[in-house]
Amino acid sequence: MSTQPHLIIIGNGMVGHHLVEQLVERGATERYAISVFGEERHLAYDRVHLSEVFNGQDAESLALSTADYYAEHGITLRLDEAVTAIDRDASEVVTAEGRTPYDRVVLATGSFPFVPPIPGNDREGCLVYRTLDDLDAIRAAAENAATGVVVGGGLLGLEAANALRGLNLDTAVVEFAPRLMPMQVDTEGGELLREKIESLGVQVLTGRATQEIVDGERSRHRMVFQDEKVLETDLIVFSAGIRPRDELARDCGLELGERGGVVIDDSCLTSDPAILAVGEVALWNNSIFGLVAPGYQMAKAAAVTLLEGNEPFKGADMSTKLKLMGVDVGSIGDAHGDRTPGARQFRFLDPLKQQYRKLVVSSDGKRLVGAMLVGDNSVYDTLLQYYANRIELPEDPATLILPAGSSAAPALGPDALPDTAMICSCHNVTKADVCASIDGGAVDLGAVKGETRASTGCGGCAALLKTLVDHELESRGVEVDKSICEHFHYTRQELYDIVRVEGIKTFSELMEKHGSKVGHGLGCDICKPAVASILASCFNEPITDAAHIPLQDTNDTFMANMQKNGTYSVVPRIAGGEITPDKLVVLGQVAQKYGLYTKVTGGQRIDLFGARLEDLPAIWGELIEAGFETGHAYGKSLRTVKSCVGSTWCRYGVQDSVGMAIRLEHRYKGLRAPHKIKFGVSGCTRECAEAQSKDIGVIATENGWNLYVSGNGGMRPRHAELFATDLSDEELFRYIDRFLMFYIRTADRLQRTSVWRENLEGGLDYLKEVILEDSLGIGEELERQMQAVVDTYQCEWANAISDPEKLKRFRSFVNDSRPDPDIIYTSERGQLRPA
Amino acid sequence: MTIASAAANTMTQTWQRLCTRADLVPHSGVAAWLETDEGPVQVALFYLPGGANPPQSAAQNPPSLAGHAQELYAIDHRDPFSGANVIARGIVGDLKGEPVVASPLYKQHFRLADGRCLEDDSVQLRTWKVSFKGEEVWVEA
Repeated sequence: MSTQPHLIIIGNGMVGHHLVEQLVERGATERYAISVFGEERHLAYDRVHLSEVFNGQDAESLALSTADYYAEHGITLRLDEAVTAIDRDASEVVTAEGRTPYDRVVLATGSFPFVPPIPGNDREGCLVYRTLDDLDAIRAAAENAATGVVVGGGLLGLEAANALRGLNLDTAVVEFAPRLMPMQVDTEGGELLREKIESLGVQVLTGRATQEIVDGERSRHRMVFQDEKVLETDLIVFSAGIRPRDELARDCGLELGERGGVVIDDSCLTSDPAILAVGEVALWNNSIFGLVAPGYQMAKAAAVTLLEGNEPFKGADMSTKLKLMGVDVGSIGDAHGDRTPGARQFRFLDPLKQQYRKLVVSSDGKRLVGAMLVGDNSVYDTLLQYYANRIELPEDPATLILPAGSSAAPALGPDALPDTAMICSCHNVTKADVCASIDGGAVDLGAVKGETRASTGCGGCAALLKTLVDHELESRGVEVDKSICEHFHYTRQELYDIVRVEGIKTFSELMEKHGSKVGHGLGCDICKPAVASILASCFNEPITDAAHIPLQDTNDTFMANMQKNGTYSVVPRIAGGEITPDKLVVLGQVAQKYGLYTKVTGGQRIDLFGARLEDLPAIWGELIEAGFETGHAYGKSLRTVKSCVGSTWCRYGVQDSVGMAIRLEHRYKGLRAPHKIKFGVSGCTRECAEAQSKDIGVIATENGWNLYVSGNGGMRPRHAELFATDLSDEELFRYIDRFLMFYIRTADRLQRTSVWRENLEGGLDYLKEVILEDSLGIGEELERQMQAVVDTYQCEWANAISDPEKLKRFRSFVNDSRPDPDIIYTSERGQLRPA
Repeated sequence: MTIASAAANTMTQTWQRLCTRADLVPHSGVAAWLETDEGPVQVALFYLPGGANPPQSAAQNPPSLAGHAQELYAIDHRDPFSGANVIARGIVGDLKGEPVVASPLYKQHFRLADGRCLEDDSVQLRTWKVSFKGEEVWVEA
């Protein structure tokens, strides 16, 4: 060990990890040798989004960091090793592995779920919800369960209920208080929340105190309430609040609060200045902060303290914006109005839309002191700015919560925000910080995010940040140029709209009417293929027609994929990966005859490499004769629909995945899009078709199909997100129609659905609203546009082969039939390859 | 340049007929064999019907090529970055007013007028004089 002082961080949760990041960022690794002890076997992960593990996310995707990050910064990481004592006399921490000396210690041990002292609370199948291991236990217990109960109707309780729902249990929530989320909402809000949660099929029992848990008659457990009423269930999850993990501090004699929690000062120092505490274990000003943002702020204050600086923790705003089972809940400041003398309240309740909004304003009506939202968080950001920055309210504050379209006040523009306005509370980024980064040379949203880290935490401020950045750039005279290239002062999306609305059918017409008039108006290798793709998406004329052929990339021009030596590869469509032996034989014969290298692709097709340009028509003549059609492996279009063999053969399959894959492939084949599109269809949850790595993933359920969207393999793998469940065939086609057409309408050129989805403002929720709920009222239009593409499909190769004019294009040389002598092959493993 | 003076230069600088207008693809390229002193060469022929009209802002500049816009270009077919003979299969366009072709393999741009690579100053493709004689395409090599 070096001579550097040794800093030990106990706990590797979200706050403990954030502390590490803060220390690294501030160069503390030069100053200290740092060791981190984590009781769990997992590296720090995003506990806030734990329930997503049951909604199709895997545990790895919640990870906040990697072992490499720790190693890279020379930080010793000791996971799965709980600290059992702090020996302050010897300055050592104790684990089962031995003792480790320290100079400074930070307690980041967090909290544990409170389990009410009810007789029977330790029965098998009575669990808590806090860690990934807890989730595994819940999942295991759910396998033989039909029903589940969550004890606790607060924020975490509803998250846990969502997790049980995700496991297909009949779920109930039991809350001791007379309403759900008693900390955040009032009686009216709680009632509305109950309606919404119940409409999702979750039973809500409030005002119930569980007296004991005993053997059930129909289920494993019976919960007996104070009024002798009972509830039977197979599985119970306790989520009735948290308690600080302060036992280490207690045992070594640090000062604790009356009801627990390690007392800290503004510098996060405990009663022993060698020891600091941060996060949910720490008690500051007699308060425990059970949210991640204040924990991050403590981590920052602690990091500064450890480096002899002074950036005190000054308490934190507990305002929160949540989406619980798809229900918006927002709480700002003194939401109940019971901490502000003379406060007045404005309330708006829409029982039909199930929305409730409440403002708590100061006695003079000038300042917002609190707010409460249920069912709709759209005004949250604006209200938070009024509250956090003490901005003077409009004359009639009610306009802030009245429905838009009445005399509603406009949203607070970026100009109205003071420099101190907090934009990102996760990373403590103010408007001034954003402006400073722009003044320092950041020229777009990505650069500002990279520099300030704003909007890289929970992401709740994404829309606000974008508005602010755009506004600031504009006010500095930076024109945010989104032109596709020098020939059109439009984005791809704008060009798409122009083509659609004006019915423009050729590149030259588009150039004439809307070109920038720069250069000779010839276009370039950016705008020509982009416009070709748009024209094909809209009108689906053959890409080899005379008006379109000069626009295409070489792969589209010759309807094959150019390889490095100038030859092409040929991939006929093998829908769903299903092929008859006869056709398989034909592929072999064609490959033999034309000397082609053959390889099976990742998309369950067969790729024939090394075809000379002049041989392509003859090759396709034979393939079409045998019943093949083009596979569009060369196009920015639907590639393959990969499938497992499904219920036809597989003993686990619950639906005919091959049949569905073939139907999907034939419906969407030939569809031109901003980038290539891949599908997968699995016949059961074993997911052998790897559908969750595709743009469109379909997984069979007992009741139909689950639809996943925007997955990706390749360089930046991304798991597809669960989009809709238990769909009928018709629903599946309808939503895919809408999804793909919406993607084609709004994506940038060469933007896969994964990146498009990540950049989509409003994210997955917005996408669901547009596609599933038709919030923009364009569902039918998108379906019609898709149907038009489907109805006009023709095999491009069959079309070209029947047209001698088009076939002329496939001559290697216009004045001689001698082949290109520079294409030279050698042999390897029994096949040809470029020399 | 006339045939007579070319003959005086023993075989150099003679005009060859390569193909007809019907063999060309408007706003795109085709490849052809050209016989030269050093043996046969593959050339890419690009056809921009109506020519690349000068941008309006440059309308005052002296017009090029004896007063009419150039509508035919002959340039090396071999892509120096990949070694493959594919330039004729690239997309034609203009960048900052200069007609260019983008290599279909690694997307470098080459100026049609002089073969200069826009991404790498040290790379230049050979170009040849080319023009229509009636419906025929003639190249000087």
